[in-house]
Amino acid sequence: MASAVKDARAPDLRGFREVQSLAYACAEAVAGRLRPGVTEREAARMQRDWLRERGVRDWFHLPFAWFGDRTAFAGFRIPLQFFPTNRKLEPGMPFILDMAPVYRGFTADIGYSGCLGLNPLHDKLLADLEAHRELILHEVRERRSLREIYEDVDRLMIRQGYANRHRAYPFGVIAHKVDRVAERRWSPHVFGFGTQSLKGLMSDALHGHRDGWSPLWSPYQFSDHPPQPGLWAVEPHLGFRGTGAKFEEVLVVTDSKNPEESAFWLDDDLPHVRRWAEERVAA
Amino acid sequence: MSLLDLPGARERRVRTGGIELCVAELGEEGRPTVVLVHGYPDSKEVWTEVASRLADQWHVVLYDVRGHGRSTAPKPLRGGFTLEKLTDDFLAVANAVSPDRPVHLVGHDWGSVQSWEFVTVKRTEGRIASFTSMSGPSLDHFGHWIKQRMTRPTPRRVGQLLGQGAKSWYIYMLHTPVLPELAWRGPLGKRWPRMLQRLEKVPAGDYPTSSLPDDAAHGAWLYRDNVRARLSRPRTDAYAHVPVQLITPTGDVFLSEKLYDQLELWAPQLVRRSLDGKHWVPRTRPDQLASWISEFIAANEAAKENGGPVQNTAPTGAYADRFGGRLVLVTGAAGGIGRATAFAFAEAGARVVAVDRDAEGAARTAEMARLIGAPAAWGEAVDVSDEQAMEKLAEKVAAEYGIVDVLVNNAGIGLSGSFLDTTSEDWKNVLDVNLWGVIHGCRIFGRQMAERGQGGHIVNTASAAAYQPSRALPAYSTSKAAVLMLSECLRAELAERSIGVSAICPGIVNTNITATTRFAGADAAEEERLRKRTSRLYGLRNYPPERVADAILKAVVRNQAVVPVTPEARGARLLSRFSPGALRGIARLKPPL
Repeated sequence: MASAVKDARAPDLRGFREVQSLAYACAEAVAGRLRPGVTEREAARMQRDWLRERGVRDWFHLPFAWFGDRTAFAGFRIPLQFFPTNRKLEPGMPFILDMAPVYRGFTADIGYSGCLGLNPLHDKLLADLEAHRELILHEVRERRSLREIYEDVDRLMIRQGYANRHRAYPFGVIAHKVDRVAERRWSPHVFGFGTQSLKGLMSDALHGHRDGWSPLWSPYQFSDHPPQPGLWAVEPHLGFRGTGAKFEEVLVVTDSKNPEESAFWLDDDLPHVRRWAEERVAA
Repeated sequence: MSLLDLPGARERRVRTGGIELCVAELGEEGRPTVVLVHGYPDSKEVWTEVASRLADQWHVVLYDVRGHGRSTAPKPLRGGFTLEKLTDDFLAVANAVSPDRPVHLVGHDWGSVQSWEFVTVKRTEGRIASFTSMSGPSLDHFGHWIKQRMTRPTPRRVGQLLGQGAKSWYIYMLHTPVLPELAWRGPLGKRWPRMLQRLEKVPAGDYPTSSLPDDAAHGAWLYRDNVRARLSRPRTDAYAHVPVQLITPTGDVFLSEKLYDQLELWAPQLVRRSLDGKHWVPRTRPDQLASWISEFIAANEAAKENGGPVQNTAPTGAYADRFGGRLVLVTGAAGGIGRATAFAFAEAGARVVAVDRDAEGAARTAEMARLIGAPAAWGEAVDVSDEQAMEKLAEKVAAEYGIVDVLVNNAGIGLSGSFLDTTSEDWKNVLDVNLWGVIHGCRIFGRQMAERGQGGHIVNTASAAAYQPSRALPAYSTSKAAVLMLSECLRAELAERSIGVSAICPGIVNTNITATTRFAGADAAEEERLRKRTSRLYGLRNYPPERVADAILKAVVRNQAVVPVTPEARGARLLSRFSPGALRGIARLKPPL
């Protein structure tokens, strides 16, 4: 049984919220411990250890860490390049921590952007991500086709002067579905992805294929359908000349007629959202 | 205008080692002092233009090197021009004009050669705050450079040796006895001003001064007293003890740029700049020199006050040495190639004016440009097809930001559809922006550049459609072919004013142009479908505008005439020259829309 969610309309949101904030707490804790000279591998290992200590046993995918121009996926040609390298962190360098732990059967997939010391350009990118969060929610509530929303996000990025870097992800996805995962004593992973989660994704893909939707939110024809109820891990990723920034968090889509309830962010108490609010207060 | 005609100029004489030096001063005395040292065959008047620009901000000091201008010559001449004696002179001047503060040193040609000696010997430590060098290497570094290449003569090193060897022909001539003196006091001295105007593009005027024959005859001893001795036995401790800014003119016929390879070893705090120009840059490029010198002095003064080391002010992008601090204007800068070009120049440290019809987009480009290294950037909302608006823009830019060094006429719109469906209104729209926009830009800003007389560069964005005929793009191709030919003609005309003109032919590049292209003969719905379809096809091709921007910077640095960018643009260019029939065949194909 890949999916433990029996009713997509009433998923057990509390569990998802808990694991998501656990993951963000991990990101903040690890980000606070990053020093010049720490490598991507070490940063990924720090995330893994932190979460394992707190009971995480399975992963949607293992933690990633990208430093410097790797935050913008500069020169990425093959998916293996996503994996952490021995690149060392330097003062002023941007970094991204991306992890997807499974905790008590609930999955989170988060992305945390930061930089070591001052970097006004990186601050600008982070601030500009806010418009994307609003745009995506707004258009999902309008029940626009996922492919169209993707293109609108693309257009906003171009207007802002940025490059779309989520196009570098497998299938160019801006988001993918996440779900509950069966807890097994043994949960292996292949190429960094947990087999249980992959199984869930595959089964969604199979069902979706029959019904005309896809668990992957891509720029391609197979995403030319209205948002499918469920939980979507949304990850718009901006790139600008060797600096990249993203956030990733879960968007809940329901089949409610009320627009407010038809789609909403799982949790608004997240580092990037708090940061935007603080900036507004400061301004 | 001679030096002493400048407002506030004053003269004094400094006695040292049995001779008398003529020293001129400009600007307020309380300010940091900058000492300008002239070269050969020159006198301090070579600096007039630069000095007048520096005098607003600094206390400017110039002196005639011994035996030159109104300074007296040592007796006997032989042995009177050694670098040790020149160092004595400099210290005497520095002590006279700025007894308790170190001075900023600027040298051109032999002035730079001797200044390298000043900044690398022990006894000047604490007397010099910074050094800007142009067109004059240290003889010691030069000696090591030759030795290195002789001891391990790889083909490349032999090439470099031979290249510089050929450029140094005049040094061998100056080592012959008596003849140079005779030539300078005879026909060469008479013809020299005309030669400078013709070969070096030095503007006519009261430079060189009437003392030229004597300066040149005496100055021959600079070479005879120092060159052989230093090149055969270069000092091994010639390390600069001050920050150095090296300004290399790229068109110098006497000095190879390769001379400065590995200069970082000798001058640890080195900032490199390069300038399109020939040897006599103090006469031909005074604006840029004055601004770089001022910037460098200011950075060093600020560092001294903060007590820390000099912050590296130079940006890090490609060609930063070339575009740092220069003024670049890009039209169509709210997106696509224009925006990417503005960013590329910004990364190289240029000041950027981003022009577009879309005010918000232009402002956004300027804002991001500032974040990635442009010391200043401005967004201007102007429609390039509007002549009056362009005139106004040019006035504003000249008054507030300065004369444009690099102009990129990039704004353009797309128009597709068969010729028979294209209305005269369509034609007018596309020609107004694509052709008239470029004409206005070249005419208005090109005139400003030409009137300033200090060079510059114009880049026009043409297209691969300029030489690839196509049944789908008759109007667009026509407009771009006109831009290509305009660029070629302008290049021919402006060459004598040292203004380069390049036409860029990008090809299929993933930009927003497809989303706004007008499709003649299609109704609104069909047009929308075609726009989406072309955008998708261009997206599949996915050639990024950033690479076109890189090609533009390279074209400016190398002064290339026509630059096809994408492989298909290059292929079509090749075919247009060797097999135009094939292109005509391709032109008949219907695009897959």
